[in-house]
Amino acid sequence: MSRLHVVSGKGGTGKTTVAAALALALATEGRRTLLVEVEGRQGIAQLFETEALPYEERKIAVGPASEGASRSDSVRGGGGRRAGEVHALAIDAERALLDYLQMFYKLGSAGRALKKLGAIDFATTIAPGLRDVLLTGKACEAVRRKDKQGRFVYDAVVMDAPPTGRITRFLNVNDEVAGLAKIGPIHNQAQAVMRVLKSPETAVHLVTLLEEMPVQETADGVAELRAAGLPVGGIVINMTRPALLDNGDLDLLAARGARAGVAKALSQAGLGGARRGGLADRLIDPLLEQAREHAERVELERAEHGELTAIGLPTYELELLPEGVDLAGLYQLARDLRKQGPI
Amino acid sequence: MTSDDTTLDDSAPRLEVDALLDDPRTRIVVCCGSGGVGKTTTAAALGVRAAERGRKVVVLTIDPARRLAQSMGISELDNVPRRVKGVDEAAGGELHAMMLDMKRTFDEIVEGHADADRARAILENPFYQSLSAGFAGTQEYMAMEKLGQLRASNEWDLIVVDTPPSRSALDFLDAPKRLGSFLDGKFIRVLMAPAKVGGRAGMKFLNVGMSMMTGTLSKLMGGQLLRDVQTFVAAMDTMFGGFRTRADATYRLLQAPGTAFLVVAAPERDALREAAYFVERLAAEQMPLAGLVLNRVHGSGAAQLSAERALAAAETLGEGLAEDDGAEGVHTENNLEPTGIVDLDGGKDASGTAGGLSPAAAADPAAPTSASAAQLAAGLLRLHAERMQVLARERRTRDRFTALHPEVPVTEVAALPGDVHDLAGLRAIGDRLALNGATTDRDTDD
Repeated sequence: MSRLHVVSGKGGTGKTTVAAALALALATEGRRTLLVEVEGRQGIAQLFETEALPYEERKIAVGPASEGASRSDSVRGGGGRRAGEVHALAIDAERALLDYLQMFYKLGSAGRALKKLGAIDFATTIAPGLRDVLLTGKACEAVRRKDKQGRFVYDAVVMDAPPTGRITRFLNVNDEVAGLAKIGPIHNQAQAVMRVLKSPETAVHLVTLLEEMPVQETADGVAELRAAGLPVGGIVINMTRPALLDNGDLDLLAARGARAGVAKALSQAGLGGARRGGLADRLIDPLLEQAREHAERVELERAEHGELTAIGLPTYELELLPEGVDLAGLYQLARDLRKQGPI
Repeated sequence: MTSDDTTLDDSAPRLEVDALLDDPRTRIVVCCGSGGVGKTTTAAALGVRAAERGRKVVVLTIDPARRLAQSMGISELDNVPRRVKGVDEAAGGELHAMMLDMKRTFDEIVEGHADADRARAILENPFYQSLSAGFAGTQEYMAMEKLGQLRASNEWDLIVVDTPPSRSALDFLDAPKRLGSFLDGKFIRVLMAPAKVGGRAGMKFLNVGMSMMTGTLSKLMGGQLLRDVQTFVAAMDTMFGGFRTRADATYRLLQAPGTAFLVVAAPERDALREAAYFVERLAAEQMPLAGLVLNRVHGSGAAQLSAERALAAAETLGEGLAEDDGAEGVHTENNLEPTGIVDLDGGKDASGTAGGLSPAAAADPAAPTSASAAQLAAGLLRLHAERMQVLARERRTRDRFTALHPEVPVTEVAALPGDVHDLAGLRAIGDRLALNGATTDRDTDD
């Protein structure tokens, strides 16, 4: 099973929400999950309704209570009833570089001098490769970190990653950096990071909606990831909506007499007179128009669903939460994910 | 909640899109906003509309969806505007469109500002190659650079720009400055000639610091990278001033009165939060904001019927069906019984879930029985309730924005059921942009 889950998706598909829900879903029965953010947007803090995250790992939630407690593979042993934990970290490339310099070169005040001169800014903006090595490097470090007993500190790490259009470049730091740093610690760091990212320990999940552009980007993204040798996990179809009416119903509505029948039914339900021009009758045209729009959308979604299935990856579906995602909604999404099997 | 809650009110001034596009003083329209809100489509639709209203327009897109690009004939990345076919040019307008190739644009700047040998040295430098293909702000900078070029050529009387899909909508304002300050920044100068920085007194200290620093950098990046950077900086040296000047010129162009910013958003919490932030930022930068384009707004022609009443009525109809469940072998006429819900297709219809009809009923396209009519009506009502809930939610989100920024003119674009990928679709969006929510299929009761 993967331990590093990279969650990407087109802008607006809800990848931060899905990443958070996935982290919660993985944090069951005493499991510890680290949810990392790399784009400095503080989306995680907003979702979990906490203040802005600093550059340090802190616990932000407990996992949902396990349902049925049937899973016996709890890593932390114990009763299996213990709630898991979600820790969160907002990775900042500059701080990561300073840490890194401190760790390997004991820079101390020289590090501050470098920062003052703009060297750190320089180094982290000079090339996306370097910046990305620092960001992915920190996540990979968390994946590999062990405690004194030699157990992994985190059972899983979930990364709220850059959008689909940039994900392959972001993860494929080796290629990016290879052109620049052919030797030296950055080169070595990139190599080490790539080993984790290309191993079965990693899975890149793509979040999409049942709309044309996100689906197209998902298909393109999967192709790019595969071409780069990066392990693709699953496709999360977010914000699905139930089909309340379909084309069969529309055919019925088009039939002779249907209009009068529906008007009558509306009238019987207390919505006014069914006669021509009556209150119920006047509702019919707009309601039918809405039904046509709905049916068109359902058709379109069906087609997009087919495209996604054709990619040949496991898919997971999350229903649209009509009132938006609050903390309770997030737990609901986590439960829904868990019900659909391991991701 | 009364039905009034779901109708457009006039608390926000309306954005008059046609007036903006028709005004010959409008020379640049910048569409900005967070990802996934339809910026590119909005930019393209504005381009089509302005061209068909008689203006000579070029649309600069950054990363259009493939089919949208195809519909405009710009699927090839050649960094040159191409004339879009199929646009109605009767009013004397033209539409051109181009897709930005950031590396090519960067290369062209280098080629235009350095002699052939120096240009080649720069273009072949690995550091330059990384910078031009992927520097965090290169795309934004090059979009602004291209905008400056298009404007300077004076070949078009209106330029519509789509901004890059940045991690934050603000990146494109910051990027030119960042790249400018990066390229002629203190640190690059230090790398080049440490002794020149600092006064006489500071020199010794700085030099010690510097050699330690370059030593560290060399260790960190590898000596070869540092040498590449130094070679690159040496080769680019004469161009640095140029970068800063150009970035400043573009920035001033954006502040000029002929420029109009349109903040694009969808009626969703995050998109509007970003839009509000953007509005504030534009004001702080003294950039001329024309208004907010609110895409994908839902409407209903039956807004007088609230979600609650619709759901209650659907339930009433459902109860009637449940009572009839189990009725067997009642003969069914194609016409409706005046006495109401008694005839049933063997009770099968009623056991279906609300709105979803049994295959038996769906297979027969003849008029529905009164039971299935009731079921259809219940389905329509549930659908309507869902729509009204969407409306109410969108309205609350929009009101939050309007409360924060009552001065910002707004135009609402009614949602289309599908994606747009042809000129007809863009035209339809353009109509909706100009109609400003006053479409025939919404809010007929006010």
